[in-house]
Amino acid sequence: MNVIAPITPDSEILHPRGLRVAGHSAAQDSARKQVAGEALYIDDMPEPRDLLHAYIRLSDHAHARIVKLDVSAAAASLGVAAVLTARDVPGVNDVGPAFPGDPIFADGLVEYAGQSVFAVAADSIALARQAAMRAVLEYEPLPPVLTIREALAQQFFVLPSQKMQRGDAAAALAAAPQRLQGRIVVGGQEHFYLEGQIAMAVPGEDHDIKVYSSTQHPTEVQHLVARALAVPDHAVICETRRMGGAFGGKESQASLYAAIAALLAAKTGRPVKLRLDRDDDMKLTGKRHDFEIEWDVGFDATGRITGIAFMLAGNCGMSPDLSGAINDRAMFHSDNAYYLDAVSIVSHRCKTHTVSNTAFRGFGGPQGMVGIEAVMDAIARHLKRDPLQVRRRNFYGKRDRNITPYHMTVEDNVIPEIVAELARTSEYAKRRQEIAAFNAGSPWVKRGLALTPVKFGISFTLTRMNQAGALLHVYTDGSVMLNHGGTEMGQGLFTKVAQVAAEEFGIDLDRVKITATTTEKVPNTSPTAASSGSDLNGKAAQAAARIIRERIAKVIAKQWGVAAGDIVFRDGELRCGPHAMRFSEAAKHTHAARVSLSSTGYYATPKIHYDTKLHQGRPFYYFAYGASVSEVEVDTLTGEYRLRRVDILHDAGASLNPALDLGQIEGGYVQGMGWLTTEELWWDAQGRLRTHAPSTYKIPAVGDVPQDFRVALWKRGRNRENAIYRSKAVGEPPLMHGISAFQALVDAVASCGEGVVQLDAPATPERVLMAIAARRGG
Amino acid sequence: MPQVTLTVNGKTASVEVEGRTLLVELLRDKLGLTGTHVGCDTSQCGACVVHVDGKAVKSCTMLAVQANGAAVTTIEGLAAADGTLHPMQEAFRENHALQCGFCTPGMVMSAIDIVATHPDGLSEAEIRHCLEGNLCRCTGYHNIVKAVSAAWPVMHGKVAAE
Ligand code: FES
Ligand code: FES
Repeated sequence: MNVIAPITPDSEILHPRGLRVAGHSAAQDSARKQVAGEALYIDDMPEPRDLLHAYIRLSDHAHARIVKLDVSAAAASLGVAAVLTARDVPGVNDVGPAFPGDPIFADGLVEYAGQSVFAVAADSIALARQAAMRAVLEYEPLPPVLTIREALAQQFFVLPSQKMQRGDAAAALAAAPQRLQGRIVVGGQEHFYLEGQIAMAVPGEDHDIKVYSSTQHPTEVQHLVARALAVPDHAVICETRRMGGAFGGKESQASLYAAIAALLAAKTGRPVKLRLDRDDDMKLTGKRHDFEIEWDVGFDATGRITGIAFMLAGNCGMSPDLSGAINDRAMFHSDNAYYLDAVSIVSHRCKTHTVSNTAFRGFGGPQGMVGIEAVMDAIARHLKRDPLQVRRRNFYGKRDRNITPYHMTVEDNVIPEIVAELARTSEYAKRRQEIAAFNAGSPWVKRGLALTPVKFGISFTLTRMNQAGALLHVYTDGSVMLNHGGTEMGQGLFTKVAQVAAEEFGIDLDRVKITATTTEKVPNTSPTAASSGSDLNGKAAQAAARIIRERIAKVIAKQWGVAAGDIVFRDGELRCGPHAMRFSEAAKHTHAARVSLSSTGYYATPKIHYDTKLHQGRPFYYFAYGASVSEVEVDTLTGEYRLRRVDILHDAGASLNPALDLGQIEGGYVQGMGWLTTEELWWDAQGRLRTHAPSTYKIPAVGDVPQDFRVALWKRGRNRENAIYRSKAVGEPPLMHGISAFQALVDAVASCGEGVVQLDAPATPERVLMAIAARRGG
Repeated sequence: MPQVTLTVNGKTASVEVEGRTLLVELLRDKLGLTGTHVGCDTSQCGACVVHVDGKAVKSCTMLAVQANGAAVTTIEGLAAADGTLHPMQEAFRENHALQCGFCTPGMVMSAIDIVATHPDGLSEAEIRHCLEGNLCRCTGYHNIVKAVSAAWPVMHGKVAAE
């Protein structure tokens, strides 16, 4: 049962112009410490006495039976305190977040190359690694399934296939005036958070364990660690001060390292640190799902879609992990910003003997969007029209043509306005002509231009996860301590939530302190994911602040003989008519009146519901919108390219913090662009990842980012729904602006010939070159 | 074990290290200067950049013994004794040039070297060229480039620092 804390009515919701702290570009809460090298990440914390270092021995095979595992030589090595195998786990040997399937240590069977087999704790990491290599580990190799193709052929799935539909796609396709079919392969992506996975476990009294974990989901770490140790949840505390980046890669993935550190700490009675080096991190941890998407579309002479069928095959790797919800989200975003009248989307959750793929900014949504954008481009090339024209022709309507494939009505559609404004400010039409003229006169260097929209659904699609708690104390000097369930990974969540609390009390931001997220203070939290961090935790903090504010107002109202509701909290004061009192003074009075200055706050997102069997309902509270234009230049003799200019217009609603939001948009675009251009994961025929360091896996460096990069928040943005101060979530949506970079490359390739372009992602120079060669018939 | 004597942030330190100890390990593990981060372990991300005798160096690429006799400056050694930030630190903060902050110490150290070695002027294109060795996964680099540009005149005394 959800008990919603009393929240002052809607009329009190202010537009940012009325806001004093929220809505302003306050710097990241830790910025000063970060530039001074004083912000502590887990590896920087003072090391406790007797600290052990843990090393994980990885599997060498993608699919094999372990026929011999003898760790005695490792255990007898210099400086070794403990060696743990599957047999030594007192509780459940599994850290699967939703479904089992992610063993802490392989138990007789390995299902990906790089899987954790056993772990060693020793006085130093070098000694632990040396010892681990001394163990005897023998395998009987089994045939692996390594690709989506093989998995589809064998119907080898981690979860049952799903189908979403509205209308009769087959009939519409049969009756369509024109019809095209196609296929696009979309690669995965390594998170490459700069701070790799890390955990430190410290044993305490009564066999309790405190785990410092670089995780987006402290509650889940607490729960899975307790389960592995076979102790109650209250025996484990998980604390996360900050992460050095996460991007979804520390939503479920952090649990394994926390569990191993905790198991070793419990076994030895000594603190244990487990830090993966970069190569091990890239081999061990899940990535963005690669997809194969097949489409079949019917449309009229204007390019308007009359019926469409998608087959989405996502590579989940060896276990379900979060793949159910991720593949659902790919289905949810196969429409992007377009109305699909008669639509069917079939989704297969393929199993392969590769690392279990996981959450990554966008959570399947980006892959779904890449599919429909490829369709838009194909229709345009086929009809010899500007792709933007075809895109616009298919946008959701406001009053009609506004039902999604999952039967939710789009009530907040602003995509036509955003695209119109961006087309104007980016001079899309003029540049389109200039580029045509340039390409006509340039046989080898070609330019391409593309404008793509983004519409992204906000909420966890698993309804019960859409809740949050906060704990707020006001001290008698008027300073405020705030805790909530959200975690800070660089997105600025702590700053935004502190802005909310300061706003509610009418005090300066520096009067509010937010410290580490810990399961001790706020229990049973959801992960900081699905872009929901400030929506959920901001509202929970607001609820807590309003409870305390009302208590203070009541006490002071009595003294002043006024109505509590007439007291205004502003500029560090309470005011009403001729009366005024410092906030700190009011806090003292409230305490003296024996009224509590501490409260929890709670929030549950309203309106949402979803039937996971029928794939119908309202999974999203609202949508975030935006659009981007990318221009590229391609050397058609080598396939090399560079971005010439990027324009982005993004709707962050009434932004909680414009500077932080712009940062999310810039970083999101670059990460999305990297995913679809240079970031290529490559496995060999034995299923071993060969791109396990930045030497072979290319994330964007500064030189890959266009110098001409024009990013703006949509000024008219305002959330129609009652989200925190009418802002919109901004963590994930901007990543999908990177699709315009990919589509601009498609456009450049298109200029080398006729008809529909076949280009898969990532569009590495090699793939671009091959696409050009295919087009030139060479 | 070899003995290394060096100056770190103005203070002399004399430490016993193994022959294979990296400079970054000396700084972090022996001297407790954990502001210098390790991002990739393999000389590619730039998170570990420090100054050795005034030059930017990836400290995971240099052995501690190679720094014998050298003057090393780390991110902790930039601010003045009274806590006043170095102009480059200030510029990063002012320009929102960080998100998770993990790349920031190395980025700031590289940026200072770039500005110092370009006394006659520093174009945006040059900044971009010189920062290629520092990876950031969060920001998209836009604000980092802005911060470096903003710090140049301050560091070269072309405008009065606030
Ligand atoms: S840790 Fe030294 S360059 Fe990455
Ligand atoms: S701010 Fe996170 S890596 Fe640069």
